[in-house]
Amino acid sequence: MKVAGFSRIGLALGVLCLGAGAVAYALHHQSAARLSVPSGQRALAPDFSLPQLSGEPLTLSAYRGKVVLLDFWATWCEPCREEIPHFVELQNKYRAEGLQTIGVSMDDGPQPVRDFYQQFKMNYPVVMGTVKVAEQYGGVLGLPIAILIGRDGHIYAKHMGATDKSVFEGEIVRLLRQNGDSGTRRDVLRSASEDLESDQFVAQNGIVYCDKGESWPANTGSSK
Amino acid sequence: MTISGNSKVILAMTTIFAIALGAYAYQASLISDSHLISPEDLVKMLQSSKPAKPLIISVGPHMLYAQAHIPGAEYIGPASDSNGLQRLQTRVESLPRNKFIVIYCGCCPWNHCPNVKPADDALRGMRFTNVRVLYIAQNFGTNWVDKGYPTIRGE
Repeated sequence: MKVAGFSRIGLALGVLCLGAGAVAYALHHQSAARLSVPSGQRALAPDFSLPQLSGEPLTLSAYRGKVVLLDFWATWCEPCREEIPHFVELQNKYRAEGLQTIGVSMDDGPQPVRDFYQQFKMNYPVVMGTVKVAEQYGGVLGLPIAILIGRDGHIYAKHMGATDKSVFEGEIVRLLRQNGDSGTRRDVLRSASEDLESDQFVAQNGIVYCDKGESWPANTGSSK
Repeated sequence: MTISGNSKVILAMTTIFAIALGAYAYQASLISDSHLISPEDLVKMLQSSKPAKPLIISVGPHMLYAQAHIPGAEYIGPASDSNGLQRLQTRVESLPRNKFIVIYCGCCPWNHCPNVKPADDALRGMRFTNVRVLYIAQNFGTNWVDKGYPTIRGE
């Protein structure tokens, strides 16, 4: 009897903690915004040349022909710290097929970035971002922002906020297996609906809207 | 009441789990609602004809401030950094303790912001009585700039 009574208390506490954990998880994983770019509106990703942690310059256009995952992040950004291990995994998995992840750090200086790079065993180049490059990509006024660039150098998707690895992986695989052109509108709409079954996407006039009702800004690639 | 070995394990595990969840709660979310000001309310203040305007201080990252910030906002530096916090304290040290101050960041979703709570705590620790934290739910771009609120581009 005594044991059973205490076990009930333990069970109740466990259920309470699980419930609290579910609430914390929901708060933590706030919905991210995702924007898919219809073929008629895909801008060429603005080129840049920025210094890596080693000091060597990295030029984006040198990676034409690869699928580029361009990640704007910072060491103090908690959602970024959660995404980066996933990017490391994806880079390992799809490097041979042509994936190239590039991190653009929005930290004030390189030292914390170097420490972070070692600690998280990052396996892709990281450059130090600038205001100019941030503005070229529509403004980086919140982190993280991850941009997928196809083999043709055009922007295919933009993710604002922490995003599940499975979403990135689905898009990366499609882009890796796509041919070099910018694809068709039908392919974009079909691919968007395929991997976002739980999201509410509305396709109107060729523009794909995420559930927040936002669309890709028409001036993508140029300063606001 | 005697406690069996298994029950001890259950109690220990749930206690540890509860403590971990408590620590998991992000700092910004612990700021009292009475300390907050919405973007809409701040915009109304900025656009009003009343002369008294708050001292607005950006306690977020420089790269964010350099791209866009609230008109009149001063840049102090990330309050999650000890240097930034020191600069904040130095900036306000000579001010009357009833000075109306608004602090903001906007780097990340509210529950993940590492800067606003330390700044709010520091100012209240210095006995400032009229401090408000700008509540930015997602980020400065989404909740301020994209709303068309007054913005200065560049530094």
